[in-house]
Amino acid sequence: MRQTFVDTVSDALDHDPRLAVVTADISAAAFKPARERHPDRVLNVGIREQAMIGVAGGLALTGLRPVVHSYTPFLVERPFEQIKLDLGHQDVGAVLVSIGGSYDDPVWGRTHQGPGDVALLDTLPGWTVHVPGHPDEVAALLPAALTGDDRVYLRLSARENSHAYPATGRFTVVREGARATVLAVGPMLDNVLAATAGLDVTVLYASTVRPFDHRGLRAAGHPDVVLVEPYLAGTSAHEVANAFDDVAHRLRALGVRRDVEVRAYGTAEEHDAVHGLDADGIAKAVREFIR
Amino acid sequence: MTTTIDLAALFRRMTGDEKHEWAAASTLDVLWVLYDRVLDIDPATADHPDRDRFLLSKGHGPMAYYAILAAKGFLDPAVLDDWTTFASPLGQHPDRNLIPGVEIGSGSLGHGLALATGTALGLRAQNRAKPRVFVLVGDGELDEGSNHEAIALASRLNLTSLTAIAVDNGSASHGWPGGIASRFTVEGWHATTVDGRDHDALHAALTARHDRPNAVVATIREA
Repeated sequence: MRQTFVDTVSDALDHDPRLAVVTADISAAAFKPARERHPDRVLNVGIREQAMIGVAGGLALTGLRPVVHSYTPFLVERPFEQIKLDLGHQDVGAVLVSIGGSYDDPVWGRTHQGPGDVALLDTLPGWTVHVPGHPDEVAALLPAALTGDDRVYLRLSARENSHAYPATGRFTVVREGARATVLAVGPMLDNVLAATAGLDVTVLYASTVRPFDHRGLRAAGHPDVVLVEPYLAGTSAHEVANAFDDVAHRLRALGVRRDVEVRAYGTAEEHDAVHGLDADGIAKAVREFIR
Repeated sequence: MTTTIDLAALFRRMTGDEKHEWAAASTLDVLWVLYDRVLDIDPATADHPDRDRFLLSKGHGPMAYYAILAAKGFLDPAVLDDWTTFASPLGQHPDRNLIPGVEIGSGSLGHGLALATGTALGLRAQNRAKPRVFVLVGDGELDEGSNHEAIALASRLNLTSLTAIAVDNGSASHGWPGGIASRFTVEGWHATTVDGRDHDALHAALTARHDRPNAVVATIREA
């Protein structure tokens, strides 16, 4: 996904004089060819994440469209007040693009994990949040983000699904069933499909979670929902509640556990198992839910 | 200054009494010199892409700013009378979305220098060589580490259109041994320290052009 992002944005810089890129050393090398072509619009600020967002805010104040990129915790958590004030409070736009997901590479430990990113952005108004599950979805989501004026967060991951789906902003019906709806967000889809094989449930897929497609969830026809998100468990629970605010409904929210810091390295798949996000864990949760 | 009485009257619309708070405002003189003698901006050009930019990073204590914006026609003086009320565009910290001519909303300290750095970069990327970018910070505000990310960056990226004004009224709890100017010069800025009440000295320091970003330390030491 990162390569698709770098290629798409590097190409767009050649055609859109409004576009700018701001990095804080991470991925700066990947943008080197673009920086050589556009030295005034491809900016690397060094390891200065507060300045990275502040500079983006200043660029936007002059009418440019900044694309800001770093590893998840250094993009969203470390400069969070800059995101709130230098972008939101000024009412200027930017495209924030993270890599690393929640725990794409756990050998780096807790410091390089960012499962709270979407929940944090949820505390601020006006953010569109894309969680693509495939590089082709990154390519499909970027053009509108790059040409807009709004605040967009694009959450890239090294985890991908085997197939891409149209990035319409709406939820896609992947499988239909009668007992419940399982909403899979971004890279969770393949595990969800494996987990629900043979179960009588509808599987919806989302590569865009803000704005949340309440109508699409409602149209799936089940007030019983299992939400499977690749970041903090229950991050979109309030959105599911909004979708069903006039009828009784049930929700089981799966995601990265909030009750524990997993002090272990290893592989992303091993961490999936701890959080119940591997196919076995999801299958167990869905079976219990529809029992 | 001939405008002293006008500003005093505008101040009183906010303070509602005969106190001389207006004269004590540490930012009063530097703001006046900027708006009266330095900045190429007026209400008619407040949105022009080639206007000079002034970013008030130290958004706390904005009465001097509001009074000068009113004196210069950006604000109807009548708006000052009910400032900080629900329907007023004027709060204890300014909001750029509510006040014409205000470049940034501020209040939380340590945001203006990076926004100004980005503004100067954005203008450079669009080949707009004319506008200058001024940002006002306080000496206490410099405690925030975010400033030091921006001070280093602005010099490394050679932003000669950028001027930072540090109003030093000795409010930083732990002080700045060796002086504030050295924090800028060590990073490659040009820096001048002047009496923050001396309009001619402020004017000279603010209008001087250098081949480096420019810092003006405006010292305020009241009895």
